[in-house]
Amino acid sequence: MRTTGQARSELAVVGAEPFVRIVGVEKVFSSRTRAALKALDNISLDIAAGEFVSIVGPSGCGKSTLMMLVSGLIPTTRGEIVIETSKVNRPYANLGIVFQRDALLEWRTVLDNVLLQADIRHLDRRKLTPTAVDLLARTGLAGFEKYYPWELSGGMRQRVAICRALLGNPSLLLMDEPFGALDAMTREQMNLDLQRIWLQDRETVLFITHSISEAVFLSDRVIVMSPRPGRIAADIRIDLPRPRKLSMREESSFGRYVAGIRETFQSFGLLKED
Amino acid sequence: MAMPSVPAGTPDAAELAPLGSRASSSYLYPLIATVVLFAVWELATRFGNISPLILPAPSKILATAVDHFPVLMRMSAVTAYEFVLGFGLAAVIGLPLGALIVYSRPIEMTFYPMLVAFQTIPKAAIAPIFIVWLGTGIMSKVLIAFAISFFPIMVDTIIGLRSSQPETVYLVRAMGGTPYQVFRHVRFPNALPAIFGGLKVASTLAVIGAIVGEFVSSDTGLGYLLLVANGELDTRLVFACVLVLTLLGLAFFFAIEAMEKVFVRWHVSARQAEAAASGE
Repeated sequence: MRTTGQARSELAVVGAEPFVRIVGVEKVFSSRTRAALKALDNISLDIAAGEFVSIVGPSGCGKSTLMMLVSGLIPTTRGEIVIETSKVNRPYANLGIVFQRDALLEWRTVLDNVLLQADIRHLDRRKLTPTAVDLLARTGLAGFEKYYPWELSGGMRQRVAICRALLGNPSLLLMDEPFGALDAMTREQMNLDLQRIWLQDRETVLFITHSISEAVFLSDRVIVMSPRPGRIAADIRIDLPRPRKLSMREESSFGRYVAGIRETFQSFGLLKED
Repeated sequence: MAMPSVPAGTPDAAELAPLGSRASSSYLYPLIATVVLFAVWELATRFGNISPLILPAPSKILATAVDHFPVLMRMSAVTAYEFVLGFGLAAVIGLPLGALIVYSRPIEMTFYPMLVAFQTIPKAAIAPIFIVWLGTGIMSKVLIAFAISFFPIMVDTIIGLRSSQPETVYLVRAMGGTPYQVFRHVRFPNALPAIFGGLKVASTLAVIGAIVGEFVSSDTGLGYLLLVANGELDTRLVFACVLVLTLLGLAFFFAIEAMEKVFVRWHVSARQAEAAASGE
């Protein structure tokens, strides 16, 4: 539990081979009725095992597209993505995924939603049920196993979606603006909860967000993307001790990271101040 | 003016009105409306200057229905058999065809325009052709009931299967799910509310189809009995036939709605009904 930023970066160095390698990736969406749209241009990025990496960028810069490419759900136009040792051409086996919309299946109870993976992968539900119950308890949802999604608040629903992604103890967790639809207070709590879970499990995380301070708060590294076609504009290592506290956001070291990222945004001609 | 039948209904209504938010209200309101409608009808026929040949009193219609109970039951059995079978056929063909159209572009391009074109043909206009093909027996009525109730089932299946949230599909695919698993765990359950919408519309249309078929040519069924009664100027029996037909259609509709309640308890429509029932 008591891990400092120092130990974290050492851990990242130990794994010589990156866990995820994105090499020269380009994505063009072509359509018969509209002009081809270049979403991503020459993206190269290495992510170490156990690293928490956030991607921030203006709307439409291709952040979500990059995540979809890493998930293996859509193919790259050029370049390749390697997870562990194998090239991605279908979803990586040990993957957890969380979207902005919780995508809960309304006809399943909370517990059955978390156990979805068991049904898809033909695993033994009885063996996984204690794991699912435990995950729900860790995210403050103990006692809600038999509830249906419509009986829960937005924050609770997203917690269920996170539990569902964590069920198989994934080594790679992809999160596409998971807290974007939540109110500010719930969002802060979710940030704390996610940090706590990650400090325990240490999965590799690729986290997409609009919020600069959320990215700094959660990440080992923040990748800043340029407007479309998305390129990597900055790659910033966040050396702040963990576990991080909400009060750290008022400290100058935290503020410097946020200011640095904001300046990168301003260099794109975004966030204009008169 | 003396009102022999209305006071029987009104004190009850006044007494029960404060309980409007209770579960009983879902039965109470339609019950009151029905009682009032029939009371007005009864009074109009008794005290208004209306010939019983044009509009018989509800009490007379009910008496006729009781008198003719055995024949009405026999005829009902025939008509019910026709529309249930026609509806069943429409479901058995409409559902898979809807799914095929969603999953196969070539099948969609080949059949969909043809099916839409067929839908625009008034079924009553081609009913005589079905009689020529299949004879005056039951099968021609089954076919008409099928033809008229098939389209909403197919269209609502298509709409339902296409309305999944993309993220839910991605999720199952990211777990290594096959297209069949995406169908079984996401698309199909998600489509059920729409499918039941189609089935409910189709259930009422199937009844119409069976009657249209019987009108064109038959020697049995409620539609046949209705025509015979009409020919004999037995307006009471005509209305008795309509009454029984209405009850049959209602029973069929509610049977499907009961199935829907079992299969899609989770849906918004069911939740609202549940919330209303529990007084929230």
